[in-house]
Amino acid sequence: MFAYYLDLALRSFRRNRVLTALMVLALGLGIGASITTLTVLKLLSGDPLPQKSARIFAPEINPLPAQVHLPAAELFSNWGDLMSYTDAMNLLRARRGERQAVVALTGAKIAPRQAGRHPFFSNGVMTTADFFAMFDAPFEYGSGWSEQDGEDRARVAVISTTLNDKLFDGRNSLGQIIRVSDHDYRIIGVLKPWAPQPRFYAISVGGQGYGNGDDVFLPLQSALADKMGPENTNCWSPDANVNHLETAPCAFVGLWVELANASDAGAYKTFLSNYVQQQISLGRFHHPDVDLPDLMGYLGQQQVVPDDAKLQTNLAFGFLLICIVNTVGLLLAKCLRRSREIGVRRALGATRGAVFAQFMVESGMVGVAGGVLGLIFAELGLWAIRHQPADYAKLAHLDVSMFVATFVIALIASLIAGLLPAWRACVVAPAPQLKSV
Amino acid sequence: MHPVVAALKHHKTTVALVALEIALTCAIVTNALFLIGDRLALMHMTTGVADNQLVWARASGLDLGQDSGAASPAEAAADMAALRAIPGVESVAMTNSLPLAGSYWSMGIWRHPGDKHSVLDNAVEYVGTRGMVKTLGINLSEGRDFLPDEYVDYSIFGGKAKVPPSVAIVTRALANQLWPGQDPLGKTFYLGDHGKYAIHVVGVTEHLLNPSINPNQGIERGLILPVKSVQGGMYVLRMRPDMRKAVKEAIPKILIGLDPSRIVPDDQIYTDTISEYFHGDRAMIWLLLVVIGCLLAVTALGVVGLSSFWVQQRTRQIGIRRALGATRADIMRYFLAENFLIVGIGVVVGLLAAVALNLWLMDHYELHRMPLVWLLPGAAVLLILGQLAVLAPALRASHVPPVVATRSV
Repeated sequence: MFAYYLDLALRSFRRNRVLTALMVLALGLGIGASITTLTVLKLLSGDPLPQKSARIFAPEINPLPAQVHLPAAELFSNWGDLMSYTDAMNLLRARRGERQAVVALTGAKIAPRQAGRHPFFSNGVMTTADFFAMFDAPFEYGSGWSEQDGEDRARVAVISTTLNDKLFDGRNSLGQIIRVSDHDYRIIGVLKPWAPQPRFYAISVGGQGYGNGDDVFLPLQSALADKMGPENTNCWSPDANVNHLETAPCAFVGLWVELANASDAGAYKTFLSNYVQQQISLGRFHHPDVDLPDLMGYLGQQQVVPDDAKLQTNLAFGFLLICIVNTVGLLLAKCLRRSREIGVRRALGATRGAVFAQFMVESGMVGVAGGVLGLIFAELGLWAIRHQPADYAKLAHLDVSMFVATFVIALIASLIAGLLPAWRACVVAPAPQLKSV
Repeated sequence: MHPVVAALKHHKTTVALVALEIALTCAIVTNALFLIGDRLALMHMTTGVADNQLVWARASGLDLGQDSGAASPAEAAADMAALRAIPGVESVAMTNSLPLAGSYWSMGIWRHPGDKHSVLDNAVEYVGTRGMVKTLGINLSEGRDFLPDEYVDYSIFGGKAKVPPSVAIVTRALANQLWPGQDPLGKTFYLGDHGKYAIHVVGVTEHLLNPSINPNQGIERGLILPVKSVQGGMYVLRMRPDMRKAVKEAIPKILIGLDPSRIVPDDQIYTDTISEYFHGDRAMIWLLLVVIGCLLAVTALGVVGLSSFWVQQRTRQIGIRRALGATRADIMRYFLAENFLIVGIGVVVGLLAAVALNLWLMDHYELHRMPLVWLLPGAAVLLILGQLAVLAPALRASHVPPVVATRSV
């Protein structure tokens, strides 16, 4: 029967080519717009560490002076896990998590040793030993540094595969010297391509939310000793001396903690509160606020997804809704015009269910055609997005799940659009239609 | 009008569908137009500086943060002298940022020293070396520019030079927040720990946009302080508009020529900086325009489709009316009136929906209330679109010959 309905639908399309083309075009536009914006939204709100994000936490504290009464929610949504070096290192050294890392970003000036090559700026990460294991950064060659290396302010570096290609043509560069911001560092590790999206660890410390991975990773203590400046510095005392950041009342590092189980968060939060209480009694802190969002909670709190992307998705679905209403109208007109044909079919013994099924198959076919067209529009839309200068632009590609989603959305949209016309078709009374013939 | 309404009662579902489509389109198009207007207004704000006469550059060694490797005042002076010598350059100054250049410094200002309730947070600090006001082309509506001996060693990064200058130029916006309704000239505000440093206002500028427009600092909230050198600063060069390209190309060569180990990571013609700042907004405007265009096209085609169907369905009735003496113009008028009625209903519902949608958007995004005049263009566009869409089917209807009435089918 299904094949017969398909045949009937094709015949009906052939009879009303313009009308059918209009329906398919409108539906295709709506679906194309929705899929494009959904793809971007999915990309932007993705999980950067799907295998362990529930166990990764961002401790948040309020180090502001007594006279500043900023609501904790407002401070944390601005600062996230940003804190001073002193507090971050205190919490790091307490080792209350499985792993913990302190992170800051720096614009690293790289001076190639080859003659005639100009120095250039790279994205640098100043961090502590656990960073690589905690965030599952895979090594091509070598490994990260030890905690002792950090304490000793050892001049060792891990570089990205991109930088390794650029400086050493992709060869194993372990043991080579790289000149970073006028100091020599020895390469002890080369990463495989690694760029979690969103760049969760970069958000609070002054980095872009999306885009390429970082190029050079240095022990935080060594880099600070070599006077590399962090990308985002927030000082709460006008007398702060930014030239001695390790002791300054300035927040410029982020702290990350990996717990053995997500359920250990309560215990860690208690520890964090106790630390803050202790600092209050020492007179260093004045506000008891703490928070401990997990990775996905943190991304939500930091509102990493731009408002414009959400607005565009709403707009696209509004557009799709109008396209569906439009399709309902056109399908209805088409089937009312065929009242006589329906009358004949009913008189020859077709049940109401059969007529309903026939018209649903017809609208489903409009949907599939709209889906194919929508896919083309979505690819066009994503191509246009890739040519925008936004930091996430290059990542906008259609994946398998969105490919499937296109047809699911197209079918659902067209079947919803077909309901009313199909129902109107199946309640056509055969007798009056036959009388007029 | 009565027969039109009576006839519509026979097509309740299709009429409702058209009206619904018009209403949805009207709601979305109206809000999209408002969004476009909003962004356009943002993009056309006065920066307060000489937009098309400026080129700027940063060089490594000027980076923010720690001091090692930072350009010393002597190096900066040598750089500026070399930049001043580029043919076409009229003046050069150093500043920490420019309107819409992105990076900014902000801090709290004390109206009364020691009174923490008098602190105005998130004031935006511009600092500049000698000649900064003239180089940037900042117009003072009151007061004067800084005097040569007012430029001091001062850095917000602390260290030895933490005493700020004793004079400042403020924007009208900041003055209105510090001293509402009063003349700011000669007034005093305070900086530093507990507001221990007094600063006198010597000049006022009507406009100087913030380096970044955001919820904390708003659009304008700036003040200018005179300093001798700027750690992490940028060189700003002023010239005739037609010289900008040549000067921009010369800058990296000049700066690297002075010190081959340095990098000039940023150098830009200032109008490109502005244009980059608004890139996202421009993309959004284009997207909204495309969506409006597609929506109107889809809606118009829907109206054409349904009207054609009605005309076809009523061929006999039209024939009868024509046989009874109705002119072609009468038939045309009938279909136009019918369309006007349906679209009119849709538009009325749509305007209410537009207001509701605007309220919903205000709840979820940083958007303000849409003034009701914004409803007019959307309504007008849809009414005209409806009439245009029905024109072809109505014309076809008017050409139905009266003889159709006499045929049985």
